[in-house]
Amino acid sequence: MRIGLFATCLGDTLFPDAVKATAIVLSRLGHELVFPPEQTCCGQMHVNTGYQREPVPLVRNFAEQFGDSAIDAVVMPSGSCAGSVRHQHEIIAERYGDRALRSGVARVKAKTYELSELLVDVLGTVDVGAYFPHRVTYHPTCHSLRMLHVGEKPLQLLRAVEGIDLVELPEADACCGFGGTFAVKNADTSTAMLQDKITHVTATGAAVCTAGDSSCLMHIGGGLSRIKSGTRTLHLAQILAATRTTPYDALTEAAR
Amino acid sequence: MTDKTGARETVLGRIRDALALAPKPDEQVERAYRTGRTLPAEERLDLLVDRLVDYKAVVHPCTAATTASTIARVLAARGARTVGVPAGLDRSWLAGFDGTVREDSPDVPAPRLNDLDGVVTASAVTCAETGTLFLDGSPDQGRRALSLVPDLHVCVVDLSTVEVGVPEALARLVPERPTTLISGPSATSDIELERVEGVHGPRTLDVVIRTDV
Amino acid sequence: MSSTFLGMPAAPPRAPYGEGNLRGDKKFPKAAHTELRNEQLRENLHRATHTIRAKRLAMTGELPDWEQLRAAGSAIKTDTMNRLPELLEQLEEKVTAAGGTVHWARDAVEANAIVTRLVEATGSSEVIKVKSMATQEIGLNEHLEERGIQAHETDLAELIVQLAHDKPSHILVPAIHRNRDEIRQIFLKGIPGVDPGLDSVPAHLAAAARAYLREKFMTTKVAVSGANFGIAETGTLSVVESEGNGRMCLTLPDTLITVMGIEKVLPRYSDLEVFFQLLPRSSTGERMNPYTSLWTGVTPGDGPQDFHLVLLDNGRTAALADSVGREALNCIRCSACLNVCPVYERAGGHAYGSTYPGPIGAVLTPQLAGMHEAKNDPNSSLPYASTLCGACFDACPVKIDIPSLLVELRHQHTEQSGTTAEKLAMKAAGAVMSRPKLYTNAQKAAGLGRVIAGRDRKISHLPPPFDGWSESRDTPAPPKQTFRSWLASAEGAATLRKAAAEGTGAPSHPSTGENPEEQR
Repeated sequence: MRIGLFATCLGDTLFPDAVKATAIVLSRLGHELVFPPEQTCCGQMHVNTGYQREPVPLVRNFAEQFGDSAIDAVVMPSGSCAGSVRHQHEIIAERYGDRALRSGVARVKAKTYELSELLVDVLGTVDVGAYFPHRVTYHPTCHSLRMLHVGEKPLQLLRAVEGIDLVELPEADACCGFGGTFAVKNADTSTAMLQDKITHVTATGAAVCTAGDSSCLMHIGGGLSRIKSGTRTLHLAQILAATRTTPYDALTEAAR
Repeated sequence: MTDKTGARETVLGRIRDALALAPKPDEQVERAYRTGRTLPAEERLDLLVDRLVDYKAVVHPCTAATTASTIARVLAARGARTVGVPAGLDRSWLAGFDGTVREDSPDVPAPRLNDLDGVVTASAVTCAETGTLFLDGSPDQGRRALSLVPDLHVCVVDLSTVEVGVPEALARLVPERPTTLISGPSATSDIELERVEGVHGPRTLDVVIRTDV
Repeated sequence: MSSTFLGMPAAPPRAPYGEGNLRGDKKFPKAAHTELRNEQLRENLHRATHTIRAKRLAMTGELPDWEQLRAAGSAIKTDTMNRLPELLEQLEEKVTAAGGTVHWARDAVEANAIVTRLVEATGSSEVIKVKSMATQEIGLNEHLEERGIQAHETDLAELIVQLAHDKPSHILVPAIHRNRDEIRQIFLKGIPGVDPGLDSVPAHLAAAARAYLREKFMTTKVAVSGANFGIAETGTLSVVESEGNGRMCLTLPDTLITVMGIEKVLPRYSDLEVFFQLLPRSSTGERMNPYTSLWTGVTPGDGPQDFHLVLLDNGRTAALADSVGREALNCIRCSACLNVCPVYERAGGHAYGSTYPGPIGAVLTPQLAGMHEAKNDPNSSLPYASTLCGACFDACPVKIDIPSLLVELRHQHTEQSGTTAEKLAMKAAGAVMSRPKLYTNAQKAAGLGRVIAGRDRKISHLPPPFDGWSESRDTPAPPKQTFRSWLASAEGAATLRKAAAEGTGAPSHPSTGENPEEQR
């Protein structure tokens, strides 16, 4: 399958390891990756902060970059960015776009997937041949869980990982408190939510807390780092990319 | 009706303006939820009893022939000596009761109802799935205050009037009658969101179910 | 027919500023800052919300047709809003025919005046009240008190709030912020003649309230209630409750005055079959609440012989004029969204400053009362009091898409806020991100973050407005290489070739659109 890879602005700039891992997993599964070089950002931060005029060029750019009918599916290692493409782009196009944008948005929306959806629903794969001999707990990010309804898919993928010690996160479905600019505008409330999430994460004794969204992981990881917790955060793709021949440590060392 | 202040026309005008500013397509209401359910008598009874007990009502199954003795036993167990009844209640139901029976009328002031140890009424319809008794002010159920002020309510339910779910039960009601839905004794969830039985309504609810009626 | 309808439609007004309880005195972050430091409050809220969440899930999970009921509930409400004028006129006609009197109130000021006039006409100097959001919203109790009329709240939680001279913090359980020990203290202080040996067993506290209010129920001649539903088809009104205080108020007094928001009307009596299933399971997590009353006008020999229905606008028509925000009017006040909200759970209801707290309050309050009515209007902070986590949408029995409404209100706020530093930053970010060249340059600039990060590659202090973030979170330094530069590098290509070889599939390499080789 010819798969368009959207790195997301956060993934491209701050968390490239998660995007690399996504590319590695899909390559390993034998798919052809397309990386439209003019891609930038989906505009989610703008829309969620209340700005709908400003991201119009971003929405247009996304539709243009990935609209090519030669691209069978578009994948991104972010539940919230996939949610933005699928649920918000049409609102922007409807309100501030033209007819071309509206049809472009509708076309690209129909083939946009978050990583676990692409793997399980589109590619029909649960076992991606990964090997990860560590204790892991999974945080289902809100947009994956309640906007995209990915349900058990990420857990299905994790359960199929060889050597993994997957432990359940207490109150897993509770929001970590990130919410984009929420964490800045309402830092106190956000911190209170983060503290509870961190308490639950550390209670699992996991070496790794994973999720399908680098933004939530940045938040949880930032809190874990501040309390000097032994638990670190890794994107789901990074666990799926690790194999016996190229284990996780080798992956990261190569990337540094 | 006359409206000196014009508020009525103003509010209706605003609504029409709002709907003109933000028009919406007609909405079709699809009722795909369960309606018209039926269950054999025995299953309806089991379901109802389960639900009543869950909400701390006390259930007394009986037959037409044992109605009076059952009610007498319930009232005796509660120590009720003075009992109120609606004017249209089948008085044979109280044939076994040796205390005082007071027939209610609209002239009896509400505070006088405080003097009653309990009240016995019939019921219009019952919903098994939720354990809900429906009283509709018919002569055998009386005015609403009667089943409210006394601390004990003994309610007689005929199994033939027990419906499976809420839609089936509501369909048997006459909308214009003053209707009360009763699910267990009075309760509150106002303290730490835990249900506690016993506030302003009757703190004891005895349900006498006549299984052959 | 309204004259305005014939001309250009005018945007209906919001609830009047400074009247009623639809605006706090602080913005949400500031109010939450204070509330978050109240350990007792957080403990109480955590306990109560977690108790109710489990109960609600058990009760909604019990019905195999729960989703069909939600869909029907949502559709009935949407249909109602579309046909509001005819339904209200029908309701008025039916209530009037059944012996009731219908009054219309443009806003809180008018509703308060109507109720006061009606109470004064009875000669009574006190009223008993059923818990009602509408009368809380318009500040009726305060208004009556100014006119020398004492309003006794009879719902247990409302009584606790009233005795403590406190404010409600929850739609269903206004005293959710109080635990049993605090309630005991409030009763010992506030209830005349209460047993000084009263302990904090919930059943004993409830019994104390029963004893205290019984005499009020028996002697007060006027009651004021709200309404959960008003049926256009039959003129039937309904109050859904637990304790029996509602039945007392609706049954024993001579005069009953019901204040109902215009959006509470339902077309048909049979529509109740949907809402009587949705409401109790969503709100208290019960199959059915202990008591529901249904009455139609006046019934000779049963209940109040003088019945008044006050239909309240107070900003509802302004919400109706918003094609997106209108959905908030579908709310049936079950409070499920509050109980599942992680923000409400931490900050509590007082931080919202309105009768309507929590997720639904954050969308309903700004629509009823506006959010640009004064400089730095506290209501303008409400749409931002959410992470958009979506738990509220999942829980809502009438499927109100609260996250989308919040995003819409944020947009309305930025549109009306003129030029702000944030808007300029967003414009700049939009401009940069829509030009790939500028974007890659900006990515390089972000690499400078490596300079301010220490050797541990962490940034632990950031300047305002990000200082709240960095107070409890480290931020990783940007990596040396962006993804796109890695992908374009020999190393990236080699890594992906190796991955493809490792797999069973055909060799794969990244391409960049039409002509992959050109990009290499």
